[in-house]
Amino acid sequence: MSTLSVQDHGVAHHEEGHEHHHDTFLTKYVFSQDHKMIAKQFLITGITMAVIAMLLSILFRIQLAYPDKAFPLLETLLGRFAPEGRLDPEFYLSLVTIHGTIMVFFVLTAGLSGTFSNLLIPLQVGARDMASPFINMLSYWFFLTACIIMLSSFFIQKGPAGPGWTIYPPLSALPTAMKGSGLGMTLWLVSMVCFVASSLMGGINYVTTVLNMRTKGMDLWKMPLTIWAFFLTAILGVLSFPVLVAGVVLLIFDRSFGTSFYLSDIVVNGQVMPFEGGSPILFQHLFWFLGHPEVYIVIMPAMGISSEVMSVNSRKPIFGYHAMVYSLIGITVLSFIVWGHHMFITGMNPFLGGVFMITTLIIAVPSAVKTFNWLATLWRGNIRFTPAMLFAIGMVSFFISGGLTGIFLGNAALDINLHDTYFVVAHFHLVMGSAAIFGMLAGVYHWFPKMFGRMMDEKLGYLHFWLTFIGAYLVFFPMHFMGLDGVPRRYYAFTEFASMQRWLSVNMFITWAAIMSACAQVAFLYNFIHSIFWGKEATQNPWQANTLEWTAPVERIHGNWPGELPTVYRWPYDYSKPGAEEDFISQITPLSETMSSNLPHDFEDNPAGLEALNTWTNTQKANEEVK
Amino acid sequence: MAQTQQEDRLNLGAKKFIMWIFIFTSFMLFAALTSGFIVYSGGSGHGLNITLPSSFRYSTIVLVLSSITLFLAARAAKRLDYDKQQRFLWVTISLGVAFLILQVYGWYTLSYKMHIYLVDPNATRSFVYVMTFLHLLHIIGGIIWLISALSGSIKRIPQVKNLYRMEMTSIFWHFLDIIWIYLYVFLLLNQ
Repeated sequence: MSTLSVQDHGVAHHEEGHEHHHDTFLTKYVFSQDHKMIAKQFLITGITMAVIAMLLSILFRIQLAYPDKAFPLLETLLGRFAPEGRLDPEFYLSLVTIHGTIMVFFVLTAGLSGTFSNLLIPLQVGARDMASPFINMLSYWFFLTACIIMLSSFFIQKGPAGPGWTIYPPLSALPTAMKGSGLGMTLWLVSMVCFVASSLMGGINYVTTVLNMRTKGMDLWKMPLTIWAFFLTAILGVLSFPVLVAGVVLLIFDRSFGTSFYLSDIVVNGQVMPFEGGSPILFQHLFWFLGHPEVYIVIMPAMGISSEVMSVNSRKPIFGYHAMVYSLIGITVLSFIVWGHHMFITGMNPFLGGVFMITTLIIAVPSAVKTFNWLATLWRGNIRFTPAMLFAIGMVSFFISGGLTGIFLGNAALDINLHDTYFVVAHFHLVMGSAAIFGMLAGVYHWFPKMFGRMMDEKLGYLHFWLTFIGAYLVFFPMHFMGLDGVPRRYYAFTEFASMQRWLSVNMFITWAAIMSACAQVAFLYNFIHSIFWGKEATQNPWQANTLEWTAPVERIHGNWPGELPTVYRWPYDYSKPGAEEDFISQITPLSETMSSNLPHDFEDNPAGLEALNTWTNTQKANEEVK
Repeated sequence: MAQTQQEDRLNLGAKKFIMWIFIFTSFMLFAALTSGFIVYSGGSGHGLNITLPSSFRYSTIVLVLSSITLFLAARAAKRLDYDKQQRFLWVTISLGVAFLILQVYGWYTLSYKMHIYLVDPNATRSFVYVMTFLHLLHIIGGIIWLISALSGSIKRIPQVKNLYRMEMTSIFWHFLDIIWIYLYVFLLLNQ
């Protein structure tokens, strides 16, 4: 089977050096089963989808800033979706829906986990490839199919799905309810089925690879935090996506076969529909049982990447490695018992609401542990402000400022006022939107040399960072105040409501800030594409990092390491260890080669090693006395 | 660890692990449906209020029997008795197909004899159809696995691979058996 052939590659390398067996263009770039190529496919598809979703957001931002103005250009671009240069109100809802769907699922789930889990899991645990490279390849092709189906809905008569990314029934269950409930909604569902299949195949592979294919010496507590984060993210996905499938299957039965799981007492255009006895709340339960873990699926890889990048660039061990792992585990477990906080206003029993409120607020504890550990890692480090480091710090900044408002929203009493206002929009765009995308960008800048063998330009990276960082705050911070004033989300024209008119000027400000941040991404795209072909060539270990991927050759061979797999002797965070010759010690350096920097706790389960250390220290002392 | 020496063997182990995790995802799907059932019937006050068709009882027996024959096939494969392995695999496949037919007959009884249709204002009854339908989809997948194990044995693929296919098939098929018993008992308790 497929994996057997990968093992053959490894053996072949051993004997013939870097001689590849004959890859055609198709097997190397298109139907590749090499995890590194699949990672790049995920990354480039993810970036493409991100650009599309960003442009959609600019379109609806223009509508929000100038609700009464006609832009003839829009009609040229969008045709029937913008008659006379003004966005069609139902198309506006489609834009919001597709922007959310693409960003949450296609960019921050597949683009982030798909890229970095694929790239880093085999490289950082010391495996030749994933447990099943074939399933891994299928995972990408299902993802691409999902992307194409989702985008194809822009080319149908009634336009894409419009009931919001959470697709609550009845809007999503009645094809006649609105334009976006018709064929567009069907395509959305088909696309999501492909997406879930892709993400399950990916997740199953990640979990299996981490648990079964670690190299010699790589026990769980020697894994970098990136791997811990990807591993726990994959577990979350594997356990929660099937629940979405169950919810979607019932929705499809309601839409297409006339069952009444979610529908009851519906009148469309004065006609009483035959649905009886269903409960739309049931869908919300099933959806948010996925939906809440989903936001941690989005943020945890970003956390892992930031931890790694911040430790490398502070030249310090990560502060509280074990606490970081346990807090990730805590978030993983808690994320399954908090979904009710999205449903406080559904008429939920207040006692049940109280339970969900407590579990939600408990998540603040592991989150705070992580935040303080990041800050403590920075504290008195020899910080190198590479672009990756800046983005990692930016991730922490957004996580704090967005996380604080989470404490407001987790309270049932406050949420009843703030639910579905711009306060929520501000909260999640900061804490999972901006924070996760910054984590992803940190990863791109940091592991670009590993993916393409070249470096990205630093100056453009700084420009990109500062414009995006400032831009994102300018866009999302004012939304808190709109939300506190009771401005609801997803409204088409603020001029229609007297209470909202005074926020129009703020909307204009936000729109221009959004346009500025969008322009900043051009710096990134140029940098990214240009550097793939003409960037400065990378050395094997450009950041002087400890983890295993930097011991693999720059050439990115199939099978990752020529010859034997590396053996691991120490944890990945031996930076600036007192007594060491350099400020980093790779995981593959045995303790016997670093006698001057070994500490007693390096030998916790190793009495022979401890004795050797004591003998060595005593000899050193004796020598000193002789001198 | 033995990765470096025996990567091939261990990789099959990793693939078996993939099957186990797939089973978790599958289990979550059915757990979501049964939880949905509980939330729905608790919220709307509807109960099933029907006697499940007797063919579901027979299909349960058939599926349990198929698990036993599959176990016998796996044991024969381990003892290098390929003829016996193939014979028992044939029996297992036929029992699987019989299960499929009995389930469809159960739908027939439900709708034509008892006049309980998929579309019903009491969605707990629709749940019966959806659960059995999704389980049947899994059964079809399981039969495909059984056929691949059988064809492997007929083609005399290497014993390591033959055992691997047998084990993958067994894990999945026994899981389908257990999940059906779970669903059936769940529906019985709620009827």
